[in-house]
Amino acid sequence: MPAARIIPCLDVANGVVVKGVQFRDHRVIGDIVENAQRYADEGADELVFYDITASADGRSVDVDWVHKVARVIDIPFSVAGGIDSVDKAAAVLGAGADKVSVNSPALADPELITRLADAFGRQCVVLGLDSFTDEQGVLRVKALTGRPDKTMDVGRETIDWAREAVARGAGEIVLNAMNNDGVRQGYDLVQLEALCAAVDVPVIASGGAGTPEHFAQAFAVGCSGALAASVFHDQRIAIGDLKDYLDQQGLEVRR
Amino acid sequence: MTSLALIDLGYGNVESVRLGFERIGAAPVRTDDPDVIARAERVILPGVGHAGYARERVEAAGLAEVLRARTRPTLGICVGMQLLFEGSEETDRPLLGVLPGRVTSLEPAPGRPVPHMGWTRLHDVEEGLGVHEGEHVYFAHSYACPGSGADAACATYGRSFPVIVRKGPFWGAQFHPERSAAPGAAFLKAFLSS
Repeated sequence: MPAARIIPCLDVANGVVVKGVQFRDHRVIGDIVENAQRYADEGADELVFYDITASADGRSVDVDWVHKVARVIDIPFSVAGGIDSVDKAAAVLGAGADKVSVNSPALADPELITRLADAFGRQCVVLGLDSFTDEQGVLRVKALTGRPDKTMDVGRETIDWAREAVARGAGEIVLNAMNNDGVRQGYDLVQLEALCAAVDVPVIASGGAGTPEHFAQAFAVGCSGALAASVFHDQRIAIGDLKDYLDQQGLEVRR
Repeated sequence: MTSLALIDLGYGNVESVRLGFERIGAAPVRTDDPDVIARAERVILPGVGHAGYARERVEAAGLAEVLRARTRPTLGICVGMQLLFEGSEETDRPLLGVLPGRVTSLEPAPGRPVPHMGWTRLHDVEEGLGVHEGEHVYFAHSYACPGSGADAACATYGRSFPVIVRKGPFWGAQFHPERSAAPGAAFLKAFLSS
């Protein structure tokens, strides 16, 4: 079986790496290429870049930094943010990214997933899914999460949307559980377990990682990878130490 | 004569592959020119996406015969490797047929999602490939090649499948050496010194 994937997420806004808490109050972390190189050197298995202002601003990702990242790192990476057409995805992949991740534009235009999968193959198409549990305990989708003032409940249930996206050609799903993002209380295991059982593509956990145990929990409920930002940016968890811990828990890790 | 021709058919991960070679000090030339590709010392055929579409592009560029006739080192990566075989479950079109057998889909099972995405260990690794038994390399694929007598390294995901093949001048890599960290770089170097 593949190694448990550890995936630092670099939220990008205005050309620098940032991190917010519960999608608000972004603070600057640093340079995109330097951070990408550092995580690759430290043993990250993959990187994800979210241009978190892109969808909300109605523009797309700048491909110059994508090419700079592609030049220096030798591990796979995906790019998300405002990719709403085959042409924009082609620009990002053509700059050297391995996958594109679509979120809000796919909700607005589900056929986009089909077009991307037809053009590039489903292994290049990731669905980013921002999900929260409502007062009735139902998993629901949110959109346009780069800007607090523009975030909205889109009126879809998470599992239904995930299944539709996979049927349309999404080859992987990053589930970002919004109740937990940036507060380091652990991944939303209930949501993750439900999604892993519902789809037969890889699921990546996102939102809430604070300790090595949280990563192990995500893999225990069936996730193929675990994504985190603040614990890595703040150097609260070193990737090497995290892999030592997961190895001790009996998980396969890449060295 | 071009020493290293990287076939660019206007789709897929060509730039990612080019940068992978650039990081090990090589300078691949992106081209779709059949003459350049026929005469190049080494040729790389990358590919992601649909095997049928990739096959059409190879045909449209006038490269099918050029590739079959290669007598010097020629490396197919991912779908580029799959094109070396006779056929694929993904398309009714015959592929290049320099290796026997048919590419088939990976079937998902509980705890084993498809695409096969991530870092999986190599086994049954031959000498001289730069990669070694037990090393993790990066995969992103939904179809896998059959055993053909040309297997030089394998991995297991539900079933065992060839990850590296070698037959005469033809090399294939189902994994992504350009995104497989140090083992991937070592494999690309091994190809360049073949």
